[in-house]
Amino acid sequence: MSRIRVLVGTRKGAFVLTADGKRERWDVSGPHFGGWEMYHLKGSPADPNRLYASQSSSWFGQLIQRSNDGGKTWEPVGNKFVYDGPTGTHLWYDGTPHPWEFARVWHLEPSAADPDTVYAGVEDAALFRSNDGGQTWHELPGLRTHTSAQSWQPGAGGMCLHTIVLDPSHAGRIFIAISAAGVFRSDDDAKTWRPMNRGLRSEQIPNPTAEVGHCVHRIAMHRSRPSVLFMQKHWDVMRSDDAGESWREVSGNLPTDFGFPIDVHAHEPETIYVVPIKSDSEHYPPDGKLRVYRSRTGGNEWEALTRGLPQRDCYVNVLRDAMAVDALDPCGVYFGTTGGQVYVSSDAGDNWTPIVQHLPSVVAVEVQTLP
Amino acid sequence: MIVRVVLPSHLRTLAHVDREVKLDVEGQATQRSVLDALEARYPMLRGTIRDQVTLQRRAFVRFFACEEDLSHESPDAPLPDAVATGAEPFLIVGAMAGG
Repeated sequence: MSRIRVLVGTRKGAFVLTADGKRERWDVSGPHFGGWEMYHLKGSPADPNRLYASQSSSWFGQLIQRSNDGGKTWEPVGNKFVYDGPTGTHLWYDGTPHPWEFARVWHLEPSAADPDTVYAGVEDAALFRSNDGGQTWHELPGLRTHTSAQSWQPGAGGMCLHTIVLDPSHAGRIFIAISAAGVFRSDDDAKTWRPMNRGLRSEQIPNPTAEVGHCVHRIAMHRSRPSVLFMQKHWDVMRSDDAGESWREVSGNLPTDFGFPIDVHAHEPETIYVVPIKSDSEHYPPDGKLRVYRSRTGGNEWEALTRGLPQRDCYVNVLRDAMAVDALDPCGVYFGTTGGQVYVSSDAGDNWTPIVQHLPSVVAVEVQTLP
Repeated sequence: MIVRVVLPSHLRTLAHVDREVKLDVEGQATQRSVLDALEARYPMLRGTIRDQVTLQRRAFVRFFACEEDLSHESPDAPLPDAVATGAEPFLIVGAMAGG
């Protein structure tokens, strides 16, 4: 029977949750790296026992941890993230120029083919890559030196490159998303980039339809249809059917279209999940009810999934990297909250149950489906 | 000379050491020579105490010794004799901030 491994990053350490394919009884390991902010952990598709973790603190900065045994043991690897060449400035919150400064790694995306190759999305926004299992990191500077970069501005959480999507069918095609610059796509292995924000509308910026400046919170893709992308923007849930060239809104009947994560069912590429949040200043669910919304039509028509989730007095948030799906049938859906709960649905969202309820604030959730 | 260095708990865990480490420092004992010796012995500490490129002390890390805050001393200034002789430890401290 398959096994499931859930990698949970929190504000004060990492946890590894494991279960068999029934997904009913869970073992909890951790905290690993107690006291450190664990922005993201992710396993290599090419070697599921190879894990990477981003470990940071405001005292001691950034570390990268690597495991070769599925999270039982870890070793610190390279943590030297140096921008390649002159860094120049981007815009600060008040619109004045501000020098580019490395703060932390938000997201680690291992290559599908090579366990030693992994990408890192960092704050201030840039893309790095390691080809030696995380020992050394090199910036791929074409993104940060894009002609629009001096106009990029941070979102409330910092100017972070938080999403990296590697196209499984087009060699060299990478999508990334930056808060608050938007989506960019490279078709030449990160050498050059184009903004992919046509169709986005953000009333919070001077030109609501500007080429860059949109606070994209998350993008997601189903591997079988890499030209279809789904997006949770600051406000608005969006969809692209042409690999990001254009976007249309599919918020439909959602109670609010603000939120952070978005994900796609493992076997149904038109089934997607979001967690509506009341507003950008009230980072909690509307009406105190924690509801995942599912669309089986690729957007526009949404249903609330509530069974097993708190339906009163719930004021947690679900952050952008804190939702994931497994590859079992029926598909498992997982998310973590800022209140320290990690929920699982082993029936594609119909019913939910907490795996753990009292972790530190959850930042990231990734799932591995193991043979 | 042997210099005693006390690390904050998170860095002790990272480096797999007890509270105090003893370092053989060549030449004059300064912040720079002590940190160079520390990072050479424990490479996983690189970047956690000072920036790897500029070698600037991280903002929320402090250096104490002999009941004095030496954080703003020159990295090349001699450390107190009591530190250089091993009578007193060089304390690397996580500031009461951050987190």
